[in-house]
Order: sequence, then structure tokens, then C-alpha cells
Amino acid sequence: MTTLAPPQIRAPKQRSNRRQQTLWTIGLCVLFLAAIILSTWFIGDAGLNPVLAQRNQPPSLAHPFGTDWLGRDMLTRSLHGMSLSLRVGLLAATISALIAALLGLAAGTLGGWVDALICWIIDVCFSLPHLVLLILIAFAVGGGTRGVIIAVALTHWPSLARVIRAEVLQVNSSDYVQLSHRLGRSPAWIARHHMVPHVIPQLLVGLILLFPHAILHEAALSFIGIGISPHLPAIGIILAESMRHLSTGYWWLGVMPGVLLLLSVKAFDWLGENLRALLDPRTSQG
Amino acid sequence: MLTGEGLWFRYAPQLPWVVQAQSIAVEPGEVVGLMAPSGFGKTTLAKLLAGYLMPTRGRVSVDEQPLPARRYCPVQLVFQNPELAVNPRWRVDQILREGHPPQMHQLDALGIHPGWLTRYPHELSGGELQRIAIARTLNPQTRYLIADEMTAMLDANTQALIWRAVLDYSRAHQIGVLVVSHDWPLMRRLCDRILDLATMQDHSTLVSQ
Repeated sequence: MTTLAPPQIRAPKQRSNRRQQTLWTIGLCVLFLAAIILSTWFIGDAGLNPVLAQRNQPPSLAHPFGTDWLGRDMLTRSLHGMSLSLRVGLLAATISALIAALLGLAAGTLGGWVDALICWIIDVCFSLPHLVLLILIAFAVGGGTRGVIIAVALTHWPSLARVIRAEVLQVNSSDYVQLSHRLGRSPAWIARHHMVPHVIPQLLVGLILLFPHAILHEAALSFIGIGISPHLPAIGIILAESMRHLSTGYWWLGVMPGVLLLLSVKAFDWLGENLRALLDPRTSQG
Repeated sequence: MLTGEGLWFRYAPQLPWVVQAQSIAVEPGEVVGLMAPSGFGKTTLAKLLAGYLMPTRGRVSVDEQPLPARRYCPVQLVFQNPELAVNPRWRVDQILREGHPPQMHQLDALGIHPGWLTRYPHELSGGELQRIAIARTLNPQTRYLIADEMTAMLDANTQALIWRAVLDYSRAHQIGVLVVSHDWPLMRRLCDRILDLATMQDHSTLVSQ
């Protein structure tokens, strides 16, 4: 007769759960983006100077991103450019999110003709081709860094404003807000305790998901020459310059800054998605 | 006494009447059933009595006083779908405390487990959530409770448990309860008297058990 072996209780491997993974992803993304923004302080401007003896060198240990046709270190240039682009993107996206919050809240709470007017403006903005509007505004305010910031800030708010308006309307008409009124709660209390917990996560995640758009559009404007002025090492300008050298085999001039831009944009994307998962009670504990 | 006198209601002047010439009265401590076929305006009438909607004509009053617009309303409505009646981003103890600090023995009577208090609404089942929604309204400021199909989506056991707790509370604190339902056997068990909206369009007839 065989005795049943005691069930083997295998200690589960110490794997982090989803919540920890989410926190780690958020931490790494923030660290990566902060490192890029702050990198210009650490590496200094030394690599921006032409060293004609080291022209057109492919990526190596001394120059991980290679050097360009004037012997400038591409890693230093790319980091400077990315840092500038991120700062411009942050500023423009923040202004855009503020406009969106203001108009979304106004449309959702005031209703009536205010709502109709704001919805009309949103629809008008949506109906225009995005890039054309961007170019028009940047051109109208005189181009340059200021032009890019104004153009990006003025064109990215409609989608977020619509999300916030919808959220406000939905919460306002919900049974639990009606019930809160009947429980004797004041409108200010309801706004603070029912509305804010719904609107703030939307706004935060919307803001973070605006960054990639803002950065890409900033790069696009600089690429076609009406954005940040050409003597500054913006990522769009670096990419535009590299176009002339791609066909001659200097692939690293375009690929390396391009990969850096892609990684930064994806980092914002991951940051936004993970923050959304963390802020929503349905997914925050999974 | 909770009274609704000559209540008429429609959502806009060009729309048809939803509630026409309804009068209803509930005494403290009395359990009144309200039944009607679907589409007869039961829920609208319940919302009028609890102050969620303003009647187009007629008036709702508690002890000859109109319902307060800003303070705690002595007439509380319990919705059919508890999922919609709680903020999905609040934890259960915050939901319970919105009305009045809950009393432990009351939570016990409704079978609310203390472990639920730290959870989010989506982590509770419909029956568990409905008990939370009821516990939120059973407090000393509530004089009348309107149960709009309160237990229609619950199983028989939970139904019995909830109604036992609510009826005990109603007797102990002289709370008037208006049971809106079309579950005839349930109402026969619960109610002191039953009103049928279909037959009292113009005059109130009391249908005794």
C-alpha cells in the first residue's frame, strides 16, 4: 500500500506582483525622462564643439552615437536636443492641459450656451487638419521656440477637453451625486469629494499622454524649419540635418537621435498607461 | 406623515404626463406597498416623493413641511441598482459615512462584514452593495424610506435578510416605508396596505390584504 506523499508545497518564486511592476515601470520611465532633461547639466557643452580630426566617425565606445560631418559628438547633440524638446513639450502640453481642464469643466458644469459654444470650438479644431493648424499658428506668431510652444499649446487641448467635459457630465448626472444632494451635502462638498477624484486622474493621464504628441509635433515643426531656430540642437533639426547625409552612408546621424526620440515618446506612453492603471480602483490592486 | 397631494409630473411642457393626479400618504412606522404595471410611473413617483424631481403640479410634504432643498432629506430613496448609487472611486466605509456615521449593530443586522469596509464597490457583489446602500440611509435623520424595487435583483435569502433588517428598523424607529415593487407575494408579506396605481388614477383605493 502506498502512502500518499504529502502535497509538495513549493514556495512560490518571489515574483513581484502587477502593482509592483506598475510602480517599477512608472519609476523607470520618470527616471529615464528626468535623466534626459537633466543630462545637459552633467555632460556640458564640450561635445557640441567641432573637432575636425574626428569627422564622420561611426558609433564607437568614445562616441556611442558617432560624430557628424563637423566632428561633433552626436550623443551630446542628441541629448541636448532631446532635453530641449522635452522641456518645450512639457511646457506646451501643460498649457494645453490647463486650457482643456478649464474649458472641459466650464462646458460640463455651466451647460447651456457655454457648453454649446465650447463643443463648437472643439469640433472646429477637430475638423481642421492638425499639422496644418499647427504650421499656421507657428507661422502667424513668428516661428521660433515661442512659436512652437504657442502652436502646440493651442492645438492639443480639444480631445482632453472633450474627455473632461464627458466625465463631468457623467458624474454630475449619476445617481450617487443626486443622492449626495439628498443626503444634505453642499455643491462645493460634492465637487470636492465626488468630482475631483474622477477628473484629476483623467487630467493627469491626459496630460502625460499629451507629451508625446507635443514632442513629436515640436520635432515636426523644427524638421520643416519653422520651429526652433537652426543653431539650437533640437531633435527635429538634428533629424532634418541628417537627411542630407543618410544617402552617403552615415546612418547613425539619423538612426541614433531617432531611436532616442522614439524611446522618450514611448516612455511617456508607458508612464501614462501605467499611471492610469494605478489610479483606477478597478486595476490598481490587480 | 409623508404626503404627496395631487402630484402631476412631466419632463417638459411638450411631453406627455408621466405621473397624473396621484395622491399618496405614508404614516410613520407604516409599510405601504405601491404596485403598478411597468411604465406606470412608479419610479418617477418615488423620485417625486424623495425630492429627486420637483412635481409640475401638487406638493410633497413631511408633517406639513415641504422637503428641504439643502439639508438632509428625511425621505430617502434606495435605488434598484446599487452599482450606480455609489461612487466607484470611493471605499465602502467612505460611502457609508456620507450620510451619517454608521452604527455597528446596524451593519451586523444587515449582514455587512467589517472586512468589506476597506474595499471598493466593484469588489462587492450586487447584494452586498445593496446592503451598503441601505445601511447608508438607515440613520436617525431618515423618517421615511422609499424602496424602489430594492431587492428585485437579489436572491431569496438576501431578500429575506434585508427586509427583516429594514422592517425591524422601521418598527423600532417608527420609519414609514414605501415598497415599490411588482412582486405581489413579497408585498403581501411585507406591507400593511397596498396601493395599486392602475386603479387609483383619480381616486385612491386601498387594497387590503
